[in-house]
Amino acid sequence: MSNGAHHSTAAALADVGVERIAGADDVEALRGLEAEYLGKRSELGALKSAMRDMDPDERRSFGAALNEARERLVAAVEQRRSALESAARADRLAGERLDLTESLGAAQVGHAHVVTQTWERLEDVFCGMGFRVADGPEVETDWFNFEALNLPPAHPARSLWDTLYLDTSGLSGVHEGELLLRTHTSPVQVRTMLQAVRTGEGPPIYVVCPGRVYRRDTADATHLPVFHQIEGLVIDRGISMGHLAGTIEEFTKAYFGEQMTSRLRPSYFPFTEPSAEFDISTPDGSWLELGGCGMVHPNVLRAGGLDPEEWSGFAFGFGIDRLAKVRHAVEDLREFVTNDIRFLSQF
Amino acid sequence: MKVLLSWLREFAPIEGDPDQIAAQLTELGMELESVATVGAGLDGIVVARVLEVRAHPDADRIRLVDVDTGDGEALQICCGASNMVAGDLVPLATIGTVMPNGMEIARRKMRGQDSSGMLCSAREMELGDDHEGILVLPTDLQPGTPLTEALGVHTDVVYEFDALPNRPDTLSVMGVARDLAAHQRVPFAVPAPQVVESGDEAAQRCSVQIRSADLCGHFLARVLSGVQLGPSPRWMAQRLLAAGMRPINNVVDVSNYVMLELGQPNHTYDLSRVPDGVLATRWAHPGETLVTLDGVERTLEPTDGVIVDAEDRAIGLAGVMGGASTEISESTTEVLLETAWWNPEAIAATSARLNLHSEASLRFKRGVDPEVAPLAAQRVAELLAATAGTTLHPGAPQDRGDLPAPVTVRVRPDRVNAVLGTTLGRDEMAGLIEPIGYHCEPADADLLVTVPSWRPDSAIEVDVIEEIGRHHGFSRIAPSVPRSPHTGELSAAQHDRRRLRQVLLGIGVTEAMPMPFLAPGDLERCGLPADGLVLANPLAAEESVLRTSLLPGLLKAVAYNESHRMSGVALFELGRVFGLGGQGVLTDVAESEAAGRVLSGESEHLAVVLAGQEAPAAVAVVEHLLRAVGRWYAPGSSDGSVAAAECGAATLQAAPLSGLHPGRSALVLVGDVVVGQVGEVSPDVLDDHGIAERVAWVQLDLSTLFEVPASVPRARPVSRFPSSDIDLAFVVDEHVPADALRRTMLGAAGAAGAVEPVLVELFDVFRSAQLGEARKSLAFRLRFQQLDRTLTDAEVADARTAIVAAVEAQHAATLRA
Repeated sequence: MSNGAHHSTAAALADVGVERIAGADDVEALRGLEAEYLGKRSELGALKSAMRDMDPDERRSFGAALNEARERLVAAVEQRRSALESAARADRLAGERLDLTESLGAAQVGHAHVVTQTWERLEDVFCGMGFRVADGPEVETDWFNFEALNLPPAHPARSLWDTLYLDTSGLSGVHEGELLLRTHTSPVQVRTMLQAVRTGEGPPIYVVCPGRVYRRDTADATHLPVFHQIEGLVIDRGISMGHLAGTIEEFTKAYFGEQMTSRLRPSYFPFTEPSAEFDISTPDGSWLELGGCGMVHPNVLRAGGLDPEEWSGFAFGFGIDRLAKVRHAVEDLREFVTNDIRFLSQF
Repeated sequence: MKVLLSWLREFAPIEGDPDQIAAQLTELGMELESVATVGAGLDGIVVARVLEVRAHPDADRIRLVDVDTGDGEALQICCGASNMVAGDLVPLATIGTVMPNGMEIARRKMRGQDSSGMLCSAREMELGDDHEGILVLPTDLQPGTPLTEALGVHTDVVYEFDALPNRPDTLSVMGVARDLAAHQRVPFAVPAPQVVESGDEAAQRCSVQIRSADLCGHFLARVLSGVQLGPSPRWMAQRLLAAGMRPINNVVDVSNYVMLELGQPNHTYDLSRVPDGVLATRWAHPGETLVTLDGVERTLEPTDGVIVDAEDRAIGLAGVMGGASTEISESTTEVLLETAWWNPEAIAATSARLNLHSEASLRFKRGVDPEVAPLAAQRVAELLAATAGTTLHPGAPQDRGDLPAPVTVRVRPDRVNAVLGTTLGRDEMAGLIEPIGYHCEPADADLLVTVPSWRPDSAIEVDVIEEIGRHHGFSRIAPSVPRSPHTGELSAAQHDRRRLRQVLLGIGVTEAMPMPFLAPGDLERCGLPADGLVLANPLAAEESVLRTSLLPGLLKAVAYNESHRMSGVALFELGRVFGLGGQGVLTDVAESEAAGRVLSGESEHLAVVLAGQEAPAAVAVVEHLLRAVGRWYAPGSSDGSVAAAECGAATLQAAPLSGLHPGRSALVLVGDVVVGQVGEVSPDVLDDHGIAERVAWVQLDLSTLFEVPASVPRARPVSRFPSSDIDLAFVVDEHVPADALRRTMLGAAGAAGAVEPVLVELFDVFRSAQLGEARKSLAFRLRFQQLDRTLTDAEVADARTAIVAAVEAQHAATLRA
């Protein structure tokens, strides 16, 4: 055999091998071909052992030809393996395809009550305005609910609140009519003042008091015997009605939006003087009555242990449920206490 | 209160269009409920004479009426009413008339017969309530005359507002006009009644006496004779109707008219039915009876005021309602007029006690002007002379009791500006309130302000400041925002409450808000003691008991949802519960800050119901909740040791609990404080509520839980060295809690000087006959790992030995091979 024949044999072997390798159907077949062409007993191996009989020049050139053939075969195996692997990966991924929309609508999260959502948003707005949040009991004494708020016994304005009283016949040391379910969050005003004086933490007092209140009222679409109010109280030196108007206005813009505005108009509450109602503008130009407010009556300051000549302040209050009702277009307030999951989970 | 614009204008030249005036009333504190135009929509209605009334050939209920509208032509009208006869004058709405309700009158046919207009009832023209038939007009009118001209009806505006309880002056046309005139800076004047007195002295016919000065402050009588009882003139009837009162007869109408106009309720007696014309006032005797004008016999109490006759018999209920025995009737010729001032508290009490509320009692209980009685009596006389032909007798027999003393208030201008946030001068202040009757005298730098008799609400300086602010205009007070010296923030407990909510929402529990009232029996149905506080005056028995637990409300919600095919609901509630808390006698209950809370046992609870789930699900919820608010670990326990950290302060203590499944309930403790309960609702209770699912239950007493200091977890380093796991299974008695073994394992190795596990996890519980009766196998996986080195097998083996020995010794356990 001539040198040239040896050279062409190696090249021809590589040509056939490369073609067969490129056509391997799977990794198994590829492994077989790899052994056939590149393994110890391969034809290339046989040709290599023939090199021993060659002269140095011929051996050099034949060795180069053999190497070239081998490199072509190795490259072909690598290329084919990589192609087969990526095809297998693509198949696997295709098989794992999911319709992700099948999973929509299965979320199992809880829903905060719409009144709570409104309540917490109000707290957040007032916290941002420098107010803290105060709290009081739902069972009150007549003194805190009425008397300390400038509503002495037999005050005609007491009839403004239909009050639920506790049967105190089983309690010692309590008079009939002494314990009641608070009709408004205003008792927290006096509690906050007394506590501030006792602890030396104030005044100044800047608090809001959200809470549950009770009225002797039949439940219907617009009334519940149990509902929620938020009360605001500011006591400081030199507080004026201008400060009340400014605070209401700032709250209105923060809660309802920059384009909204508020107004005060004269009203009557025994615990404030002057007293006002506050309204907020609605998009259609009319006014929505939101709540009551006014300058804390000197008698209320005195009940809270403060000297009305030194301290002055304002208070305001409004319904939380009503805000929630308006915001979410709830038609019947009784939905708030029925606890139908189909209602609760809307918010 | 309803006031007419035309009536207001009798006191002041009120300016502006009806809407501007409405806005001004609002600014003054008269919150408008409605603004209505009356007397409009009558253009096109004319007086017509009925020529003939015929039957409709094809309709039983329709009459064919021929009318003449002044031109002698007969117009045929189809009409559903039949109360008119030939010769009557009636109102005809001609073709093209737009009626007050907006309906346009068109030419039409009714069952084939032409109708060239519509004959009108009073109601159709909004001139009254009567809709029984066509309004038959007075006979002296000319056919063809426009009805507005014929009747003197003018377009008018009615403002209806809620009078503020402290403003009795606005319960009169005069009072509203005074406020509005001052606001508009136009002159206000009360027209002086024009009366002619004749005949003998009233004192010869009647006498009055106040026997209880604390009941009646002023009692004034006038005598009018020659009464011709009849209907009121149309203008007066119209005003009364527009103001919401029904016209009755000229005497009663005048009495009501003057009450509306001047705010002084007054009463007319048939003088001939008052023996000797003697009237006296006193507190009622207990059990005394009186038949009031409405025909009801009233039994009186000593807190009621009465008017009595010469024989001391009650003939009227003071300030609330007159008596039947002296009522004006057809035969009345002489009227005895009473104008009085009654103690507002007395009238309020009687009115409330008898649930008898009249226009008079409303005014008296809020406080009538104590000085307006003579004027009101004159005005009644003037109007009765004009409408009933009466003669006023000279003299006004009267008596006086206790009247409110005139009030003078010192007002400091600096104080006014400080309260209002204004910069008004002293004269400006006076200028704002003098037009509404507050007389101002300078005194040093201040004002001495004499409060008008009609303003019982003004008693102290700040009350006058309000009036200055009101007439200055609240809208003109410059707003400014006070700067709080505090950081606005939630307290720790308020933050915790929000975190608890967020955890529950995150694990799919929805917030419910049941009413806190229960029906009697609701607590028992939940297996709870029936010791709820009871309301003294519930609106309904089903709402008479205050809840002692959140369980009844949440179970009701579960049952409701289940019955609406919504099973498996997960709900929570955060709210107050009440119970008999009061122990011992509290002194000074009234002003004690704690009294209400102590006596009612009020505390705040959080409860969770998981329908369709069993107790273990509830335990997981408890762990989530306690971890979220830092009450899982013992405070200060994070000394770096795993045992101390993992042996949380929170434990469960199996216990039978009211309303819960006896074998599936436990108390939740943090340290040694019981903070709640966990488990499953008793099947009996579920049966009683018609609930088919199991219901897992969590209850935390937040008032107690928040008293427990929260811990702040301190960081522990995480090991980078390999770990070794071993599994240990023990057979123990059924009653031994798994958590007890876990705690022993966490602590035992360290105690014996061996390495501590970093993790102890229960992974299997197994029961079988082989293990024996009431025995169970608990299998734990323990992981060992050191911060600074790889553990040797010997170290792990030592730890294992120590742990097994401790568990076997402490829990009578046997290691399973």
